[in-house]
Amino acid sequence: MPADKAIKGIGHRVIDAVWRIGKASRFFFLALLYSGSGFRRFHLIIKELFSTGVMSLIIIIVAGLFVGMVLGLQGYETLKRYGSESALGGMVALSLVRELGPVMAALLFASRAGSAMTAEIGLMKATEQISAMEMMAVNPIARIVAPRFWAGVISMPLLAAMFSAVGVFGGYFVGVVQIGVDEGSFWSQMQAAVDFREDILNGVIKSFVFGIVVTVIALFEGYDAPPTAEGVSGATTRTVVTSSLAILMLDFVLTAIMFRGS
Amino acid sequence: MERTTLDLWVGIFVVAGIASLVMLAMKVGNLGTYNVSDAYQVHAYFTNIGGLKPKASIKSAGVLVGRVTDITLDTERYQAKVVMSLDKRYLFPKDTFANILTSGLLGEQYIGLMPGGDDQMLKNGEQLKKTQSAIVLEDMIGKFIYNKAEEPAK
Repeated sequence: MPADKAIKGIGHRVIDAVWRIGKASRFFFLALLYSGSGFRRFHLIIKELFSTGVMSLIIIIVAGLFVGMVLGLQGYETLKRYGSESALGGMVALSLVRELGPVMAALLFASRAGSAMTAEIGLMKATEQISAMEMMAVNPIARIVAPRFWAGVISMPLLAAMFSAVGVFGGYFVGVVQIGVDEGSFWSQMQAAVDFREDILNGVIKSFVFGIVVTVIALFEGYDAPPTAEGVSGATTRTVVTSSLAILMLDFVLTAIMFRGS
Repeated sequence: MERTTLDLWVGIFVVAGIASLVMLAMKVGNLGTYNVSDAYQVHAYFTNIGGLKPKASIKSAGVLVGRVTDITLDTERYQAKVVMSLDKRYLFPKDTFANILTSGLLGEQYIGLMPGGDDQMLKNGEQLKKTQSAIVLEDMIGKFIYNKAEEPAK
């Protein structure tokens, strides 16, 4: 019976998903557990910071600049209808610091650095480098996973902050330099609207959470990938899809907790 | 340990990240604009505060002199009690007049202080006696319609 088969298929998928979530949680816990030895080999973290953080700099800066410029343009067009163009600075800064900075930086980070992490670890597994490490009594989680995890967690808030800062300048460039909004009111409205603890720190917390989630998903997918060319490519795709969805869903949850509207 | 170009790049990355955080805090946020550490507290009662919120600015002659720290309802008088912290550099006479004003037509609300002529100055914990409530747009429209209705028909 086809209906029978379909129901079986759904059940199989659900059980499989729960299984993977459990495995991923255990993986996350192990990565935290072996972080101590990861920190002892600090040069490994530095190396991973280079490949995740520094290599993502250009995409983050360019994307931040253009997102800020679009915000400046669109914000001006909308605010002009209410005759409050002077509030442009506050609008640009708030949307960047609260939402777009952390979320866009995390999405870019997932597709730029997360996919690379998955592919790297998946290939290591496919070429049996991980088994070789285990053979030499080197813990692969401490040697490979933990440094990458911490590099991701450290670089994510920094990248998000850079995204917001560059975005503010993009908005400034379009709003003040090109359109001609008053410079003084642009900055003063921004400072009146943005609160350090409420907005900036909450944004940093958001990006920190995204950093944890994206790196754990990327590392787990790589570590769990079937050791074939097909398996690695599938794992890379899953990394980008799962972490993007996770970022957007978590963003809603975090926003609901942080800015419940006073 | 040897220094490598890799370390340099990572250093640049971390410094740039922290610099943008500081820039966000100082230039974009309000951390660099107002320091509440050197402040004294006064409070005032208003019959209606309109849309006034904590952290709203307090201005005198257009200059930012403090922030609203707390708004509660006093159940003995059924009036809003607004606690303000004012910068120590600015002292105000005892008969200073506190108004709730709106910046622009639909802007946010703030408290405007109009100094009186008393030679005694307000001290920490004292009360501003003369206040004027926020102008509530609905009330004004209501009054306007009421007055119009009372006018004899032409």
